[in-house]
Amino acid sequence: METIYAICVGIMTAGGVFLVLRGYTFAVVLGLTLLSYAVNLFLFASGRLVINGAAILGESEVYADPLPQALVLTAIVIGFAMTAFALILALRARADLGNDQVDGDND
Amino acid sequence: MNLLWIPLLPLLGTLVPLLSYRFGRTATAALTALLPAISLILVVQAIPAVFAGEALTWQASWIPQIGLNLAFHLDGLALLFSLLILGIGLLVILYARYYLSDNDHMGRFYSYLILFMTAMLGVVLSNNLLQLWFFWELTSISSFLLISFWSHKTDARKGARMALTITGAGGLALLGALILIGQTVGSYDLRTVLASGDVLRESAVYPVIIVLFLLGAFTKSAQFPFHFWLPHAMAAPTPVSAYLHSATMVKAGVFLLARFYPVLADTDLWFVIVSMVGLATLLLGAYTALFKHDLKGLLAYSTISHLGLITLLFGLDTELAAIAAVFHIINHAVFKASLFMAAGIIDHESGSRDMRQLNGLWKYMPYTATLAMVAAASMAGVPLLNGFLSKEMLFAETLHQATLGSLSWLIPLLATIGGALAVAYSLRFIHDVFFNGEPINLPRTPHEPPRYMRVPVEILVVLCLLVGIVPDFAVGDLLNAAASAVLHKPLPDFSLAVWHGFNGPLLMSLLAVAGGATLYYNRRHLFAFQGQFADFDAKIEFEKGIQWTTEKAAVIHRWLDNASLQRYVFLLIIFSLFVTAWPLLQLENAQGSRPQLPVNGIVLVAAGLLIIGTLATVIFSHLRLLALIMISIVGLIVAIAFAYFSAPDLALTQLSVEVATIILFLLALYFLPQKTPLRDSSPRRIVRDLSIASLVGAVIGTLCYAMLTRPLHSISEFFIANSKTGGGGTNVVNVILVDFRGFDTLGEITVLAIAGLGIYKLLAGMRLYVPAADSEGRPWAKDKNPMMLALISQSLLPLALLVSAYIFLRGHNMPGGGFIAGLITAIALIQQYIAHGVAWMKIRLNFPYHWLIAAGLLLATFSGLGSWLFDQPFLTTWFDYFSLPWIGKFELASAMVFDLGVYFTVIGATLLILANLGQLTTSERPLPGGK
Repeated sequence: METIYAICVGIMTAGGVFLVLRGYTFAVVLGLTLLSYAVNLFLFASGRLVINGAAILGESEVYADPLPQALVLTAIVIGFAMTAFALILALRARADLGNDQVDGDND
Repeated sequence: MNLLWIPLLPLLGTLVPLLSYRFGRTATAALTALLPAISLILVVQAIPAVFAGEALTWQASWIPQIGLNLAFHLDGLALLFSLLILGIGLLVILYARYYLSDNDHMGRFYSYLILFMTAMLGVVLSNNLLQLWFFWELTSISSFLLISFWSHKTDARKGARMALTITGAGGLALLGALILIGQTVGSYDLRTVLASGDVLRESAVYPVIIVLFLLGAFTKSAQFPFHFWLPHAMAAPTPVSAYLHSATMVKAGVFLLARFYPVLADTDLWFVIVSMVGLATLLLGAYTALFKHDLKGLLAYSTISHLGLITLLFGLDTELAAIAAVFHIINHAVFKASLFMAAGIIDHESGSRDMRQLNGLWKYMPYTATLAMVAAASMAGVPLLNGFLSKEMLFAETLHQATLGSLSWLIPLLATIGGALAVAYSLRFIHDVFFNGEPINLPRTPHEPPRYMRVPVEILVVLCLLVGIVPDFAVGDLLNAAASAVLHKPLPDFSLAVWHGFNGPLLMSLLAVAGGATLYYNRRHLFAFQGQFADFDAKIEFEKGIQWTTEKAAVIHRWLDNASLQRYVFLLIIFSLFVTAWPLLQLENAQGSRPQLPVNGIVLVAAGLLIIGTLATVIFSHLRLLALIMISIVGLIVAIAFAYFSAPDLALTQLSVEVATIILFLLALYFLPQKTPLRDSSPRRIVRDLSIASLVGAVIGTLCYAMLTRPLHSISEFFIANSKTGGGGTNVVNVILVDFRGFDTLGEITVLAIAGLGIYKLLAGMRLYVPAADSEGRPWAKDKNPMMLALISQSLLPLALLVSAYIFLRGHNMPGGGFIAGLITAIALIQQYIAHGVAWMKIRLNFPYHWLIAAGLLLATFSGLGSWLFDQPFLTTWFDYFSLPWIGKFELASAMVFDLGVYFTVIGATLLILANLGQLTTSERPLPGGK
């Protein structure tokens, strides 16, 4: 299970990094979104994988580590705000500069 | 008495001239001198105590975490230097009153001068290594301001820059040495350090400390090969030269040698480096001084030479040599300050400093000439003057050397040659300027200076004579106190008498005088010999070096910062790859000892979907809508993964964020081109990026694997144990968010709010092209708000709100809470926007969402502040259980108020972003420029 989890995180990171390096803003924002999925899963993994162990007192025998969960929860919400900000910035760049390339027209 | 006042008064005094320069020159000088004079009185009052062997201290805590205290102490060495700094400083203030012309900004000059004085006092009085370094740097900076005072002159600017570069670089080396010393000893307290000599000398880093330390001291004291900045600093007004290059700035370096002599000296490494550098500087300075036609140039090289002499003395392996070094510090300060002042008078009254023009000035200014000749004789080491005594001590000590083994006889020989050269250039100073025929083409006819301009010179020359004739009476006690502070133990017997009988040192002195006279008499041949060599101008070489560095730096800078965001991202990723991959190379085995969970079919299918979704997102990224659908699959699987691996709160959050994200992307896509040109990069770049991306993915995947398969050591036991009893909730994740780590959450919703407001500002007045059709040319659907969607979503709204209220309320004990409830409410409202349109919503919900954000943040903050009313730390929670008829037992917790703040902030931020962007797609959009 852990192997599959790590492979998934690795592939999402690779996909995110590749898209972030592209020249068009839309791809970069997509890449950022993929990267934030990967980062959230990675951080979450620091609590290790536990099945049927939600950290609700009295609900299970073994509890999953609640601390990474709390951190990732806020990270998801802030990740959304960041994605939104990057996307609106891309829109603004298109509005003011007339194209949707990261470095303007000269690729 | 409070020691703090000694440096503090001059520090306050830096403001005095700036405030008082309007009242005329004399008033400014008098007012400026006032505070340093009080400081001097304070120092003088402390003399009896210090002579009795006490060291006065004063200390206050500053940044104890890094060992930095505000600490001053006054021992014999600090006393000697304080007297020199304040005493000569006051004379320079008086002298500058007459030297400066009406065009010079007197307030600014005095202000710099007093700032420099404060910095020097700080250096010599500091009882903390870091504080000492702080003042050390302040001397570099304030001397830069003084040297470049005539900033309209190129020479002044370049000279100042050179001095700052060299002494500043040395200062960095010194900082390294001081930190190493502090770490080795375990304290930055100077007293403690001075008592830990053996620890330092035996430590493995001792050679590093010595090299860094001496770099700091030698650059400041203009020792070979860093001596070249000092002659160029002569572009400063002469009062500055008289102050900085006699008693203070350059003496800071030898002060450092003296201060750390007890702990760093006494090893072969120290003796060899310090004595050889000192000797080289002594000879080089003295030789070059002979050939300088500029009066101040001669004095500058003579200063270098005398500083070399002091350094040499600190490098000789005897206690008497260290005493002689301290003695020469006093003597050199006195005669060199007076000589610089005399040179300034000559320059001021005749308009030239060139010794080829200045001849026969005896006729025009006999009084000044006499003073200058006495001081110059002292510089040459003529008996009955102070310079003679310390030079004699040097000669005596060189005779007892073994540093160079069987070649040690060279040291006294070279010292005698240095002495002869000093006699020769002093003779030149006297003979060329005051005799040797008539002046040649002087800009004006020389005459005696104003009465009070001469007073400082007179005082200093009287001191030369006094020390030279009755040394024990004049400076015996001071020398004893200072030298015992340097040696840190009882002094050996020594005598300051003028006459020691016929002995080796006297013979060396006689040889030096005779040799110097011969050299000067045959100067024509010497000048002809020296004339064969091209003049080496350190300034040009230095500027070349600076330009070379600047050009290379510009090349690197252009490569790093080529104004391409793509390049920055690339560099950032490469860098992070390097720092994450490096530790992995040290890790022997990726797999740890933790047993793995078994795999089942469902997991495999989900993982397959996630991988396919990721790859499809990348592959179809140019078909933007398709990529969006693919990435939403990834997001969904991530949410399911959270749910599967026991994180229901995360699953709920991810799910609702996913909806908001996709709506956001769709809205953005409306304005952006819906397709990217297929070939957006060159094949080479694609290959490069694919390689890097694969590498990063591999590294992160391995890291994740290594982490997952290792046993968990977590601090969460505490949270689980205290969640119910301390936080009153059974959902530990939520209790961590609103209670244990509530302060973090407050910060995070603040970030969310800032992002929301930033987006709001970005959207305001955006001029976007609103497309009439999609990329295929098909017009948008006419029925913008289909009735079915409107009906269903409207009837779903109360249900959605009810769910969000339920999720919110149970959040403390079951999965849920403010974040999730906020997202659900926001999405329910967005649903209405989509179904009914902005105009319809505007009538029903005309509410500025930024107010909602503000209300949420305030609520969260006040719920935290509330605990102050009960004398509890910020964000301490309170909870209790109540029961009501029908409802039964229920819990109330102050954390719920905090969570409510989170709830409002999340709704506000999400709606602010989505509703405002959505509004742009309609006729309701705000027009550029406001309304």
